[in-house]
Amino acid sequence: MIVTVASGKGGTGKTTVTVNLAVIAAKEGVEVFDCDVEEPNAHLFVKPHNVLTEEVSTMIPAVDMELCTLCGECEKICQFSAITLIAKKIMIFPEMCHSCKGCSMVCPTGAVQESSRTLGSLLSGESSRGFNLTWGELRVGEAMSPPLIKQVKERIHPDRFALVDAPPGTSCPAVATLRDSDFALLVAEETPFGLNDLALTVEALKKLDVPMGIVINRADGEKGIIDKYADQESIEVMQRIPFSREAAKVCAKGLFLVDEIPQMKALFEELYLKIISKAGSGRREIDQREVMK
Amino acid sequence: MKELTVISGKGGTGKTSITASIASLAERRVVIDADVDAANLFLTLEHEVIETDEFQGGHKAEINPDLCTGCGECFQKCQFDAISITNSEDPIAEKSAGGSGTASQLAGKDGNKIREKFTIDPISCEGCGVCAHFCPADAISFERQICGEKYISTTANGPMVHARLGIAEENSGLLVSQLRQRARAMAKEQHIPLIITDGPPGIGCPVIASISNADAVLIVTEPTLSGMHDMERVRKLAGQMGAAAFLCINKADLNPEASENIKAFCETHNIRFAGEIPFDRAVIESMKMGQSLVTYSDGPASRAVKKVWQNVMSFIGETKERLF
Repeated sequence: MIVTVASGKGGTGKTTVTVNLAVIAAKEGVEVFDCDVEEPNAHLFVKPHNVLTEEVSTMIPAVDMELCTLCGECEKICQFSAITLIAKKIMIFPEMCHSCKGCSMVCPTGAVQESSRTLGSLLSGESSRGFNLTWGELRVGEAMSPPLIKQVKERIHPDRFALVDAPPGTSCPAVATLRDSDFALLVAEETPFGLNDLALTVEALKKLDVPMGIVINRADGEKGIIDKYADQESIEVMQRIPFSREAAKVCAKGLFLVDEIPQMKALFEELYLKIISKAGSGRREIDQREVMK
Repeated sequence: MKELTVISGKGGTGKTSITASIASLAERRVVIDADVDAANLFLTLEHEVIETDEFQGGHKAEINPDLCTGCGECFQKCQFDAISITNSEDPIAEKSAGGSGTASQLAGKDGNKIREKFTIDPISCEGCGVCAHFCPADAISFERQICGEKYISTTANGPMVHARLGIAEENSGLLVSQLRQRARAMAKEQHIPLIITDGPPGIGCPVIASISNADAVLIVTEPTLSGMHDMERVRKLAGQMGAAAFLCINKADLNPEASENIKAFCETHNIRFAGEIPFDRAVIESMKMGQSLVTYSDGPASRAVKKVWQNVMSFIGETKERLF
C-alpha cells in the first residue's frame, strides 16, 4: 500500500507529517521514500545510518563521426533540440535530452550510440526507529527530476506499507510521484495561498484517480477556509495539527514532534489509524475490482 | 535593465510574500510569477488582466484506433511506458502482445477475431514523437497541446506577467522561459529598468529557466535545518549559472542561533546578506486581505522587508551591466 504525502504549496509540512507518521507506523512496519529529489529533507530528520549511495544516470546520445553521413535524421526526430547538425558536425546538448532514443533509432548508419548523463544519486539507509528511508538527490544543475523520482519509486515493495514524501507543485515531479498511489494525504495550511494550491492538487489527484484526505497544519483551532473547501469537495479532514512556536522550534532543529510534544504523539497516532483504515479499505476495493476483471 | 529572481529551494519560506512586497516598493518594474504550477502572486497583488494568451506546450501522441493495426511497434519503442494494450479481454493475449510486442490477432470468445490495439496514456507521454515517426500505419497523431494560459496584467507600478499551467501538465520550464521573454520585451519597449521574478521552489527545470541570464538571485531562507540544506543547493545552482547571490532570512527570530549560522555561511560563500525579517502575524493577515505586506502593514516584518529591499537595490546596482 502506497500512501503519498503531498500539498501543492511548498512548506506546508509534508516532510514533518511524513517522518512523524513513520515513527508511529514503524512498529507495524513501514518504509519511507522521499521523492522530493530536488530538495530532499526527510533524511535530516530521520538521520539514517548505513547509508548506501548509488549513482543514477540516463541515456544520452554520442555520435561516432566516422559513421555519420550528416543526413540530419537525428535532428529531425528530436523534439527537444538536444541534437543538431551545425556546419557539418553533430552537436549534442546533453541537458536538453529526454532519453527517448529516437536519434539512435532513426540513424541509418548506427552512428548515434549511447552515452550517459548523471541525474543524481539514489540513497537508502536505516533509521534507529526501525524503518528504512530511501531518497533521491538530484544533481545540482540537472533539470529533469521525474526520471530520478521513478528510480526512487522502483524501490517500493508492493506488499509493504510505503510512506512517500512528494515534491511541491502540481507539475511533472508531483505527478510522477503521486501516480499509482493508493491514497494521498494532503497537508494544507489555512491561508489563501494554501487553499489555492490545495485545490490545484485536488484537481490533479482527481485526474490521476487517487483517493485523498486532508491534514490541516498550523491550525488555529477554528474551522476555516480549508474546512469549507473540504466540505464542498467531500474530502475528509483527517487531522488538525495546531500551530505553536514550540512545534516550529522542534521541526527547525530536525527533531520529531512525536518525541518532544506528548499532544503531537496522540495526534499522529490517531491520524495513522485513520489512514490505515481509510487507505486500507480503498486498497481492498481496488483488489476486488481487479479480481472481478 | 536588471533582472532579479527570488528563489529559496525549500517551498513556503516566503518567496511570494516578499516578491509582492518588493514589487510594490520598486518604483517601476515588470514582475513575473514563474511558479507556474502553483501561482500565488496574483492573490496578493492588486491587478487587472489586460491580455490572455494560450500556452502551447509540447506535443502529445494519440493513436487512432481505427487505423491501428496492433503491430506493437510503438509499444516496443516507447521509453516512457506510456503505451499499453487495450481490448485484451483474454489475459493470454495481453501476455503474448506485451511480451513480444508483435501483432496479435487472436480469436475471441465468440470465435470472432479480436484485434489487439494500443493506447497512449497522455500523462505518461513525454512528447518525443518516436511512436508517431515509426508507426507503419500512420495511425498516431502528434499535435501540439494547449497546456495553460498566459496573462499580462496591470498593477500600480508596472506590468505583471503570469500564467496558469493546466492541471498535471508539463513543460513548466518552457512556460517560464516564454514569460521571461515577454517580460523582457515589455521592459525594453516601456523603458522599465527592472524585472523581478517570483521563482518556483526546488532546483529543477522551472527554477533553472527562472534563473538563466538573471543578474542576481535573492534567496529567501528560513532558520531551520531544512531551509538551510535547501538554500545551499539553490545557492550552488545560482553560482553555476553565474548569477550574483543575495540572501535574506525570513522568520529569523524563530531560531536566532541558526540565523547567525546562515549569516556566517553568507560571509564564507560570497553571498550578499540583505537582512532578516521577524515572524509577524501581519504577513498572513495581509495575504488574507489580498494585499502585499508593505501595503497592508507598517509593523516589524514590513519595516524589515523595506530594509531588505534597500539593500537589494544597492547590491544589484553593483552587478555588471550586460551587453544585451
